[in-house]
Amino acid sequence: MEIKITLNGKLLTREIEADMLLIDFVRSEGCYSVKRGCETSNCGLCTVLMDGTPVLSCSVLAARANGHKIDTLEGLTAEAEEFVGFIADQGAEQCGFCNPGFVMNTIALLRENPDPTDEEIKKFLVGNLCRCSGYEGQLRGIRAFLEYRRGGNHE
Amino acid sequence: MITFKNYVRAESLEEAYELNQKKNNVIVGGMMWLKMMDKNFGTAIDLSGLGLDTIEEDDEYFRIGAMVTLRQLELHEAFNAYTKCAAKHSVEHIVGVQFRNTATVGGSIYGRFGFSDVLTLFLALRAKVELVGAGIVDLAEFTEMSRKDRDVLVRILVPKDTESVVYLSQRNISTDFPVLAVAVAKTPEGCCYSVGARPHYAKIVTSKEPMSAEEVVNAFSFGSNTRASREYRKKVCEVLVKRAGEML
Ligand SMILES: Cc1cc2nc3c(=O)[nH]c(=O)nc-3n(C[C@H](O)[C@H](O)[C@H](O)COP(=O)(O)OP(=O)(O)OC[C@H]3O[C@@H](n4cnc5c(N)ncnc54)[C@H](O)[C@@H]3O)c2cc1C
Ligand code: FES
Ligand code: FES
Repeated sequence: MEIKITLNGKLLTREIEADMLLIDFVRSEGCYSVKRGCETSNCGLCTVLMDGTPVLSCSVLAARANGHKIDTLEGLTAEAEEFVGFIADQGAEQCGFCNPGFVMNTIALLRENPDPTDEEIKKFLVGNLCRCSGYEGQLRGIRAFLEYRRGGNHE
Repeated sequence: MITFKNYVRAESLEEAYELNQKKNNVIVGGMMWLKMMDKNFGTAIDLSGLGLDTIEEDDEYFRIGAMVTLRQLELHEAFNAYTKCAAKHSVEHIVGVQFRNTATVGGSIYGRFGFSDVLTLFLALRAKVELVGAGIVDLAEFTEMSRKDRDVLVRILVPKDTESVVYLSQRNISTDFPVLAVAVAKTPEGCCYSVGARPHYAKIVTSKEPMSAEEVVNAFSFGSNTRASREYRKKVCEVLVKRAGEML
């Protein structure tokens, strides 16, 4: 079947199998930041934005994305640049496999709620699993970024 | 993994219903649950083009479209004002924000899952389901109906005469399935006690006068699974019912 998807700002018209998943579609278009970390819609590694809303691309049909706008990290590097350094500074990342999904959902969080509390951060990011860390580093990193944006010090 | 040969974005409920009469076809809600099955289907029937993704309100009911997501339910102001945030509390621990952005209320109710927080809440709210096929049916009755029907769930109707409702669940770890789920509502018919994840699907008991937590526990059956034993569930149920009663 034919679908039209605006992927990272570019309108694509493609012939796909009816049961193709969005994750496999974006990867076939070279968006390798989008990872598959589970079989149960649980890990958040495959997070992309569909019309600005974070969704699990492993659980969305490419066919359902027909006519919609999909953004992956490849298209949002500038927005991500603003805060990823703060997370890296905390040594939060180890293997880094969870990072793209985590960054995508953090972008969604900060668009919806530009100055979240710790509780709000945790509630929004709870569906992004990380095997290596205890999440504390990521939380400290986001906190440091918010602090910096409010005009405080960047430690 | 599931596979299918064709995908149809239904253009009418009639079309969806017709297609769904074929045993090899399947309705796709959010697909989160479906995806974990291991089956080959003929046609996937997508309801996302039918405008079923809104929560509407009239004098009598909140009308919740089958394709409304769990996240919409969580954030809907009027529905959360009405349920005193019980709607939010019933879904906020389900996996994560991205998951709830696509998992649907329709799929959650249609599935009548044992672990369902969503079913537990809507039973206490004395909801009805609107089906292409069986018509409008009390949710309590729907949970007892054959799981083999080929109906299309269109909307969930929530009557607006509940005075107060509280939702509480216990989980071993946040975002895991609940060990036990309790919703208690004060209604014109009396107090409604809905208990889910026992681990069987939720059921409801209604009483003119408030029941003691012990009476409520005795009114339900409980079982054991990997998450908790029968005895533990009974204890948790007693505590949650007591707490809910105090919060009502
Ligand atoms: C990993 C995981 C964890 C979960 N944890 C919880 C939890 O803690 N608490 C909880 O309450 N729930 C939980 N759920 C269930 C989840 O919230 C949804 O209820 C479930 O995914 C079904 O919703 P869906 O939109 O994904 O439906 P789908 O998977 O698309 O559909 C489910 C079934 O309903 C049918 N169907 C869907 N819509 C309709 C319709 N309109 N008419 C007729 N038939 C229809 C489908 O054909 C299918 O048989 C979990 C699910 C998963 C996968
Ligand atoms: S791959 Fe794990 S949630 Fe999508
Ligand atoms: S850093 Fe390895 S999974 Fe998160």
